Amino acid sequence: MNIVAAIGQLTLDVLRETGRITRFGARGAATSLSGPFYWRPFFGSLGRIGYASLPVVGLTAIFTGAALALNIYDGSLRFNAETFLPQILSVSIVRELGPVLAALMVAGRCASAMAAEIGTMRVTEQIDAMSTLAVDPFKYLIAPRIVATTLALPVLVIVADIIGIYGGYLISVYVLDFSGPVFIRNIADFLEVRDVVSGLIKAAVFGFLIAVTGCYYGYISRGGARGVGAATRTAVVAAAVAILASNYFMTSLLVEV
Amino acid sequence: MSTPTPLIRVENLHKSFGEKKVLRGIDLDVAKGRSLVVIGGSGTGKSVLIKCIIGLLKANRGKVEIEGRNIAKLTDKDRAFMTRRSGMLFQGAALFDSLRVWENIAFRLLYGERTPRKQARDKALDCLAQVGLAPEVGELLPAELSGGMQKRVSLARAIASDPEILFFDEPTTGLDPIMADIINNLIIERVRALGAAAISITHDLSSARKIADEVAMLYQGQIIWRGSPEEMMNSGNPMVDQFVNGRAEGPIKMAMRRS
Repeated sequence: MNIVAAIGQLTLDVLRETGRITRFGARGAATSLSGPFYWRPFFGSLGRIGYASLPVVGLTAIFTGAALALNIYDGSLRFNAETFLPQILSVSIVRELGPVLAALMVAGRCASAMAAEIGTMRVTEQIDAMSTLAVDPFKYLIAPRIVATTLALPVLVIVADIIGIYGGYLISVYVLDFSGPVFIRNIADFLEVRDVVSGLIKAAVFGFLIAVTGCYYGYISRGGARGVGAATRTAVVAAAVAILASNYFMTSLLVEV
Repeated sequence: MSTPTPLIRVENLHKSFGEKKVLRGIDLDVAKGRSLVVIGGSGTGKSVLIKCIIGLLKANRGKVEIEGRNIAKLTDKDRAFMTRRSGMLFQGAALFDSLRVWENIAFRLLYGERTPRKQARDKALDCLAQVGLAPEVGELLPAELSGGMQKRVSLARAIASDPEILFFDEPTTGLDPIMADIINNLIIERVRALGAAAISITHDLSSARKIADEVAMLYQGQIIWRGSPEEMMNSGNPMVDQFVNGRAEGPIKMAMRRS
């Protein structure tokens, strides 16, 4: 096959798969909004996705905030703008790094877990069994995960924002000799509500994308352990790509350039 | 006297996966209170047949009627109603491994019919007793059960809503002979108690002889023979004879690789 044909085929495959995921996501969203809604699997998912992700999201945020403070200080020294460190740090975290890094961490933890769990249920006929028991697998398995992830991620991002800024604060105050009260006042004066809201909107969209990709690759998995393994891997990669690509498009819509 | 309408009727059912034709015009019918066992070698389409009948797979051609109503033409509401009247025991039990045993049995009641948990639990424990398991088993997770116990729980789940139609997919596969006989007895007892129409698929002939009112043999996507369990052993059909006697030589050539 020549290279042009190969690229064409790859493009068609990607578009086809994107179409399938979109259709799956639309069905998942529609199912989430129509009754009945199963609260027990929802709260179970909320605990696994939201509460259990707090440590990894917190650790990622604190180290990123600390490293970011050092980098901003070093870069801004070159044009004597180091006093703007708190402002640059906070807006970077709240608008961009908090949502994206928290989403990538949750994708690594949860998209893979969803794909593995639902994929195992698929290959062991548990999803077929659910259908024979007159319970729609979309309502029991997919909708609670989509709603839980979409709601949990903004909360995780708020936590990531606070801890990330705190990481920057620790480095700024205890290593770079900034004044603590001034650091906080600068952030409070500079940050706008729309900075925070734009990050939370992104987080909700990322949460939806993570759940849809994780559930989709699990739901369509075939062929035993190997198939489930492939579904898990693909789900994480697809979720990460979806997060990064949608982040660009949302940023271009949310910022006033 | 008119013949009663069979509870399940399958007419000219065809199912293909890509180029591979799995079912090639199946005709079957099962009356209320009767038990039909479909036998056949591995890969002959037995599971596909049962999944087409229960609606898990969509047939390419032909029709499946439950009480004279074509299931392909039912509304979602009617299909859900039909599904509520049937139960299925899966080959690998297919228990939900994140739920406790009683929640597995009561799954349809809890999430399909929104029965209160206490009431659903009582019903689940009652079903557990019907398959000879103690109430304490209800609190265990499926992973804590042996293969035979999992099959019993799966049977309890299938009968929990007192279905009129029962499907059994390889009910005794992987079980020791004693446990297999226990499962066979439970199937006979429950089918009789419910007055249900039952379709089982198996290649376990002792199970087929025990639970069947009638046996049908599936080969190359078609029903090639149908008769009583007694006739099965002396059918005069060379393919049935080869299968029931377990001979490698004969008209049935087993595929050595997947096409």
